[in-house]
Amino acid sequence: MEILVCVKRVPDTAENEIELNSAGNDIERDDLVYSVNEWDNYAVEEAIQIVDKVGGTVTVVTVGDEDADEVLRREMAMGAQNGILLNDEAFEDSDAMGIATLLKAAAEKGKYDLIMTGAQADAGYAAVGGMLAAMMDLPYASLVNMVEVGDGKLTVGREIEGGNQEINEIELPCVLSIQTGINEPRYVGIKGIRQVSGIEIPEFDAAGLGVDPATVGAAGAKTKRVDYFIPETGEGAEMLTGSTEEIIAKLIDIMKANGGLK
Amino acid sequence: MEPLIAPAQYTFLGIPTVLFSVLIPIVGIALFTYIMAKRIAPLTRARKDERFDAIPQRIWNVALIWLGQIRQPRYMMGGVLHILIFFGFLVLALRSMSLVVIGVIPDFALPGFGHDQMIGMIYNVAKDYAATIVFVACFVAAIRRGIFRPERYEVPARFGKDHTAEAVFVLCIIMTLMVSESLFEAALVAAQIQTGAHAHFLPPGSLPWFLQNSLLNTPMETLQTLHVAAYFIHDFTFFFFLCFLPLGKHFHVITSLFNVYFMRTRRGNIKPIEYGLSAEEMENLKSIGVKKLEDFTWKHILDFYTCADCGRCSDQCPANTVGRALSPRFISIKGREAVFNTYPLTGPILKSENLVGNVYDEDEIWSCTTCGACEEECPIGIEYIDKIVDMRRGLVDDGEVPQTLQKPMQALAKRGNAWGKMEKKRADWTKDIAEECPVKVVDGEESVNTLYFVDSISSFDDRMVDIAKSTAKLLQAAGENFGILGKAEKDSGNEVIRFGEEFLYQDLKNHNMEQIKESGAKRIVTADPHAFNALKNDYQLSIPVEHISSVVTRAVKAGKIKLKTITDATRVYTYHDPCYLGRHNGVYEDPREALNAIPGIRTVEMLKSGDRSFCCSGGGLMLFYEPHEEERMAVLRVKMAAKAGANVIVTACPFCLVNMEDAIKVAGYEGKIEALDLVELLDQHMVK
Repeated sequence: MEILVCVKRVPDTAENEIELNSAGNDIERDDLVYSVNEWDNYAVEEAIQIVDKVGGTVTVVTVGDEDADEVLRREMAMGAQNGILLNDEAFEDSDAMGIATLLKAAAEKGKYDLIMTGAQADAGYAAVGGMLAAMMDLPYASLVNMVEVGDGKLTVGREIEGGNQEINEIELPCVLSIQTGINEPRYVGIKGIRQVSGIEIPEFDAAGLGVDPATVGAAGAKTKRVDYFIPETGEGAEMLTGSTEEIIAKLIDIMKANGGLK
Repeated sequence: MEPLIAPAQYTFLGIPTVLFSVLIPIVGIALFTYIMAKRIAPLTRARKDERFDAIPQRIWNVALIWLGQIRQPRYMMGGVLHILIFFGFLVLALRSMSLVVIGVIPDFALPGFGHDQMIGMIYNVAKDYAATIVFVACFVAAIRRGIFRPERYEVPARFGKDHTAEAVFVLCIIMTLMVSESLFEAALVAAQIQTGAHAHFLPPGSLPWFLQNSLLNTPMETLQTLHVAAYFIHDFTFFFFLCFLPLGKHFHVITSLFNVYFMRTRRGNIKPIEYGLSAEEMENLKSIGVKKLEDFTWKHILDFYTCADCGRCSDQCPANTVGRALSPRFISIKGREAVFNTYPLTGPILKSENLVGNVYDEDEIWSCTTCGACEEECPIGIEYIDKIVDMRRGLVDDGEVPQTLQKPMQALAKRGNAWGKMEKKRADWTKDIAEECPVKVVDGEESVNTLYFVDSISSFDDRMVDIAKSTAKLLQAAGENFGILGKAEKDSGNEVIRFGEEFLYQDLKNHNMEQIKESGAKRIVTADPHAFNALKNDYQLSIPVEHISSVVTRAVKAGKIKLKTITDATRVYTYHDPCYLGRHNGVYEDPREALNAIPGIRTVEMLKSGDRSFCCSGGGLMLFYEPHEEERMAVLRVKMAAKAGANVIVTACPFCLVNMEDAIKVAGYEGKIEALDLVELLDQHMVK
């Protein structure tokens, strides 16, 4: 099976102290450490596992500048065979539709049976997967947490509100957006990354993709972020203090007073 | 003329028994040679190891650990029994070999060892008592093993069947050897006495002496039968035992001498991925670490062969004690079974399977804190840490890393510390003490004599920065011209190499070594034993590395640091030895001296202290690992401190302190027991 996984380089929340910039519409990006978007990493792991089972190749694609090379290589060290970098100044500040337009162009350069994205990334309202499917006129399932390969179709599990699980059949080719927890992504060591450091990664600009620069990037964006803030801690939280026994007694009192215990 | 016919001249049903005297040794030695050849094959296919250096130290190890049995009395009962049997065997080896020849040449004696010669007379007395002692020791050991069954010999269900039968069987074989050898002699002497011939002297109270006394009225024909039968029982049992040795845990009778000779001579270090490869060659290896049997070095296979199943490693292992998956004893036993199964005595060599998943499970490999208690205890020099690390290298290479450990590893790669804190904040702790104790950050302009290597946890952890502050103040008081690397410092990597991520460790090491070189420092001091160990044993720097406890002890002795009397007389202190300060580096006394230098201090020792200290489970990245366990190691440790009557646990390692403070809460001792670092205590009591 030929699989294309769309990945993105994002600030790593675990390794950064996030601060807002002075304009208040983004985070301070100096001193940030970047890594692959967590959802995308699960998608790549899933793709590798599928290929391990049924054969084929995994290709990872990203929209970004030269720095994005690092996440492509990381995913290739993980086991993806090919990488594609979509890099053009005209792509900067694309909104979800712009990104989907670019990914569609890249996807149509190959012949993929399955396209995967992460369920969401650091920006873009978790929309890219769905938009890409619609633009390519392919069936789509979101928040997928289980994939089984069948003949010409997949059986996919989807997480439903309240912890319920839904199982659907979906015909290939299709697009899936992958939820974290679908697998346990493998560790990528320094050695693996170094061993793929010499591999040539093909790069496409707007002309190479045959995309009109006016439809993507800041020029083509129809949505715009206007604010970014850390919500203030609200009222109503109460810290219980005292010994464990005292805390338990207070907690029982509160629960009784509010009807949680009878 | 002897009153009994010797086995060399006897005939049984018309067959001269000398035939057996010749056949048994020939068949026995042939079979033994065949088995040994099969056993040596895996060693030749295993990886290279460098064990041919440090000859004087290796000979010293053999003298002390093998011949001197110095580690045996650490377990008094089993140890003393073993010493008796061991020396008995050594004494009897000569006799056993002579006996084989006596089956063909009746009067054979080694030159000087005849019945009428001085050395021979002394030797005969010695060997008769030796046989007696071995017999009694084996008898006691069999009762102990078979009836009293000390707990440490139990085999948990997940590791297979009980080993008692094999152990008792071998003890019975040894007793058979002792009795048959004695009976062979006793029957002859009884006959000599009965016929009034010149009787050989049998030492009173010895096994042959008892047997001879009970045979004084036995008919001559019976004595003759006993004499010959005892001989062949001995001869057969001897060669049976010889061939039985390489089939199980008694292989150590043969291999322990070699295993001790080739045992680890350096402490605290981790073996390279493969010996004799350059950094570049290692990076280009297709597969790294141990994945299959043959990926182990020959010494590690020899370790498997040598394990005597004594259970001391696992008895001391903190992971085993708290119910984690790991039991070092079964790392060896399962390893040996895997070698035996893959290299069968008959039939072709099988294809080696992946060790993890078939022989060991992942949880077993990640459960180890690398505390070194097992290696410290093993009476025959078996190593575990290098094997565990090698198998982790294999897992890391295959991407099989527990999810909880992936984040800290990524943070180490990107930020140089496992917490993902920003590099530029590494020296932030100095701001709090800027007035009282200004700390220089070495940045190429200022030069310092002493470099204080802080390492990550003491630089970033909100609580552990206190250790850094106190250390700086002590260094200042000791009159040291010192500085820190600040943002140029990265994690020492002590845990990274032990975690099996060799190339990340190499990056950290190379970075730090360059920074250290640029700083121009003449020596390094650290308060973190993990950094101490990495810098001292893994980096192999050209400048000395010291732990702060040694520096402070010297400064106190020299009168540079003066300490005030303890004010609270109700406080009882106990010192917890950090693994990477004590066991891996032998620093036991300096922290105790520094502690006891505080006037009026009351200290007690915990039951497990010094080289038997009980790991807190902190070994660096293990702070991030969530093993399956029944109880936390540090909780057990806090209980040990309470049992010793202490209400203050003093340690000398930030990882220990994190765990102790947590464990005090978990164990319900909050407000009753306190934990603090040695440098904090000394700082509090410094006359300023």
